[in-house]
Amino acid sequence: MGPVIFFIAAIGAIAGAIGTVTLRNPFFSVLALVAHLLCLAALFLLLHAEFVAAAQVVVYAGAVMVLYVFVVSYVGGAEEPLSSPGGPGLRAISALFAGALFVELAIAILGSGLSALGTRGAVVGGSFGSPAQMGELFLTTFLLAFELASLLLLVAAVGAVILARRRAGLEPERSISVAELMQSGGRPTRSGAAPESMPEPMAQAER
Amino acid sequence: MDIEWYLVVSALVFTIGLSGVLVRRNPLVILLCIELMLNAGNLALVAFARMHGSGDGQIFALIVMVVAACEVAVGLGLIVAIYRRRLPIDVDELRELQG
Repeated sequence: MGPVIFFIAAIGAIAGAIGTVTLRNPFFSVLALVAHLLCLAALFLLLHAEFVAAAQVVVYAGAVMVLYVFVVSYVGGAEEPLSSPGGPGLRAISALFAGALFVELAIAILGSGLSALGTRGAVVGGSFGSPAQMGELFLTTFLLAFELASLLLLVAAVGAVILARRRAGLEPERSISVAELMQSGGRPTRSGAAPESMPEPMAQAER
Repeated sequence: MDIEWYLVVSALVFTIGLSGVLVRRNPLVILLCIELMLNAGNLALVAFARMHGSGDGQIFALIVMVVAACEVAVGLGLIVAIYRRRLPIDVDELRELQG
């Protein structure tokens, strides 16, 4: 039963990863990443990392991905054009680099000489990876890392708020009437990236 | 399953994430690809924790998750700030820092 679940989860994880990279619409990329994270959580469960798997599903696939979905829908997931300015040459070179890295990693894994790699791992008790064990480790051996992680989260939260706040003076003050807002579908116009997405009444008003 | 298999999956996901960072131009998708790479690292850490039968690697994986959450918060804040300034959301055009 274990190998079957492993192969299903591994193929799902790799397919999710490929989907994240190749899908044109950022929204679908986020959804592919969610599928990837869920498959990875199944792999964690197979490795007896129950608490990590639960945190993966709840925190990662739940909270962080919701943040992504919000930002994608706020920014407007503009689909990229198929042809990049670098041309297919740049893409081929990056694929070559990625392939070379994979070969290197495979050599490193298979040639590491760790005899335990070919086994199922050490014999572990039933409490391995349980929330109780994680909590004990966090509050005894890794207390400093735990506190630093909380500090890092606080700094990141404050930093994100300061980065994304509305700055006075950076953008011209513009009063938008309710009718205008309804016409434009509630989205502010933006120059540069996608001028053709600007609705017609709005474009005329700016002229 | 042997530990090797997990490491091979981890290497494959890391490689896919790296190629995504190199190929894609939307900073949102680049952030997603960085998430892929961090998750590949997490899988390797958890696999090694299983190999040694100690919980230290799992603690490391949880800390990596915290760092990834911080990176997402700051990265998405930057993207929202870029959007507010009406700049194109494209890493090929955001090259002012290049000098």
